[in-house]
Amino acid sequence: MTSPALAAGAVERHLRARRDTGRGLLMPYVTGGITPGWTDYLRAFAAAGADAIEVGLPFSDPTLDGVTIQQASETALAWGASTRRILADLAGARPPGQPDLGVPLVASTYYNLVLHDGPEAFCAALRRAGVGGLIVPDLPVHEADELTDVAAAAGIELVLLASPATPQPRLAEISGRSRGFVYAVSLMGTTGERAALAASAAELTGRIRRVTDRPVLLGFGISTPDQAREARRHADGVVVGAAVMRRVLDGAGPEDLRAFLATLRQALDQECDRPR
Amino acid sequence: MRDVLQWREPVPLGGTMGEPRARGRFGEYGGRYAPESLVEACREVDEEFREAWADPGFRGALARLLAVHAGRPTPLTPAGRLSEALGVRLYLKREDLTHTGSHKINNVLGQALLATRMGRRRLIAETGAGQHGVATATAAALLGLEATVFMGERDIERQALNVFRMRMLGAEVVPVTTGSRTLKDATSEAMRHWVGATGDSHYCIGSVIGPDPYPWMVREFQRVIGDEARGQCAAELRTGVPDYVVACVGGGSNAAGTFAGFADTPARLVGVEAAGGAGAARGRLGVLHGCRSLFLQDDDGQITQAHSIAAGLDYPGVGPEHAHLRDLGRARYVTVTDDEAVGAAVRLARAEGIVPALESAHALAWVIRAAGDGDLPAGSTVLMTLSGRGDKDVSTLKELL
Ligand SMILES: Cc1ncc(COP(=O)(O)O)c(C=O)c1O
Repeated sequence: MTSPALAAGAVERHLRARRDTGRGLLMPYVTGGITPGWTDYLRAFAAAGADAIEVGLPFSDPTLDGVTIQQASETALAWGASTRRILADLAGARPPGQPDLGVPLVASTYYNLVLHDGPEAFCAALRRAGVGGLIVPDLPVHEADELTDVAAAAGIELVLLASPATPQPRLAEISGRSRGFVYAVSLMGTTGERAALAASAAELTGRIRRVTDRPVLLGFGISTPDQAREARRHADGVVVGAAVMRRVLDGAGPEDLRAFLATLRQALDQECDRPR
Repeated sequence: MRDVLQWREPVPLGGTMGEPRARGRFGEYGGRYAPESLVEACREVDEEFREAWADPGFRGALARLLAVHAGRPTPLTPAGRLSEALGVRLYLKREDLTHTGSHKINNVLGQALLATRMGRRRLIAETGAGQHGVATATAAALLGLEATVFMGERDIERQALNVFRMRMLGAEVVPVTTGSRTLKDATSEAMRHWVGATGDSHYCIGSVIGPDPYPWMVREFQRVIGDEARGQCAAELRTGVPDYVVACVGGGSNAAGTFAGFADTPARLVGVEAAGGAGAARGRLGVLHGCRSLFLQDDDGQITQAHSIAAGLDYPGVGPEHAHLRDLGRARYVTVTDDEAVGAAVRLARAEGIVPALESAHALAWVIRAAGDGDLPAGSTVLMTLSGRGDKDVSTLKELL
């Protein structure tokens, strides 16, 4: 039997390797197409010490997103963003022969956009653009059959989400079938900045840890270095979306975001120096 | 405009409006495409509904509420003068005569009773025309629950009367300012709100859309329209069943409830959509608001905005069971324009003394057109569900007439 680490795809291998050095993982999010030169944010995120980057493919009806990412999606669509254009931008941002970002890219979008192209064509296009993983928040594990094998065959790691409401047996199934990492939704709510890390975050990550050694990233609501530090006590790392996109919507450029993410990076690094 | 979709002959019978297949499927449509945080809540609703629907006590309590509070059964009215003019025999199933003025109350009383059975203390709802919102506010008041209703800003403007009614009934009406500011966005916002409120609130979806079990459950709660009409037709019509059964389709709940009573008869089923919101007639396969069905989309897969003078039909998709009935050829979906609907509303008012909701007027507009161009053969018997009354639309109509 191969060990899970060896059977894992590139995103998961990358995250496991970094985690195993004791590093807290940081996955910032950017809405693809949010500004004409949006791929500059990717380089800034990488420079700030991101371990993976989530690229949102905007959808007209983001039913699991709060106001910030709703606004970001609307803005990007108004600029003419589409799956095709964003993937073309990504391909253009890592020209052959040039140094790679060095950070795996994980796309996230709603299932309608996957179905629109068809799961096979959609995953193949992601792969061609250099994307390694995929998050689909409205595709729960019991509906995922249509996409799991197709994604795996295309070399795309399909990340599944776990929620505080998920019962334990189902959590085991999600953790087993997720690829790349397990996305732990920290609270019962939509994406968006929150004043504090929800109490449900610790309980959920504890329950996930009981059933898998796959990396676990906590997302939804994590907005400040303090929250990142606290999240790191429970999980392998954090996903930071709305806190990034609010700044972008307010006009912050790549350099500002690099500075913001560096504060989160530092918080995660400090936390990992302490005994866990 | 001639309709592209025709029946496969002969009309396929039976078995098409029972329980969905495993995982909430109607053919390839339906399912539970809910965010993980709502999956458990959907499972609880499903479990509770199955138990309740098999429980004579629940059925009895609902039947009693429908009778003593909502005024059921509703009459079947022969439209005498209009029938004569059109050369068909038209019968109207009068959902406009229910308490609150539309079929929405049938579903809401069912879900509100279910919510109390589940120990929930609050109902969440989306509304377009405001009829589902008013029905939800009414049921909440009746059963001592709270109600929070999400409504697009644009609909708040054009359905002001219903906004006032909801507030008077004690409901909180939350304006939705995103996207098209109509039903689609109100539904998205209600779902977002539900994610954070599953512990004490029941999401009372107003049509045959949403994640499993909603499309099935809402159809079952609306089946009373079709079941009553079936019995009334048996007593009233020489042939026992009408040749045609017609209803307007927004998400498709009044049509699904009506069709359910006739799925196992040779009656031809016709769903009438707004030309600007024709999910069944023009939609493409997609996933929105928790289910796989047909939705209006652009070339990039973005959902496009619907446009209809009838706020209740201003939805870019259609319930999954309608998508399936379409594929089977068991039902046919046609469209009418805003102008045709307004014309039909006026005609019904003057010929029969009934002012219909603009949604319902769409169904009549097709009957009028089809009787005129022979799509509806002369002498056919037609049962049409008049889903609601027109009071809420008078300010819209006043601008036009
Ligand atoms: C009177 C009336 N008819 C029809 C509809 C459309 O809904 P459905 O297609 O679910 O019956 C509405 C929705 O608001 C309505 O108020």
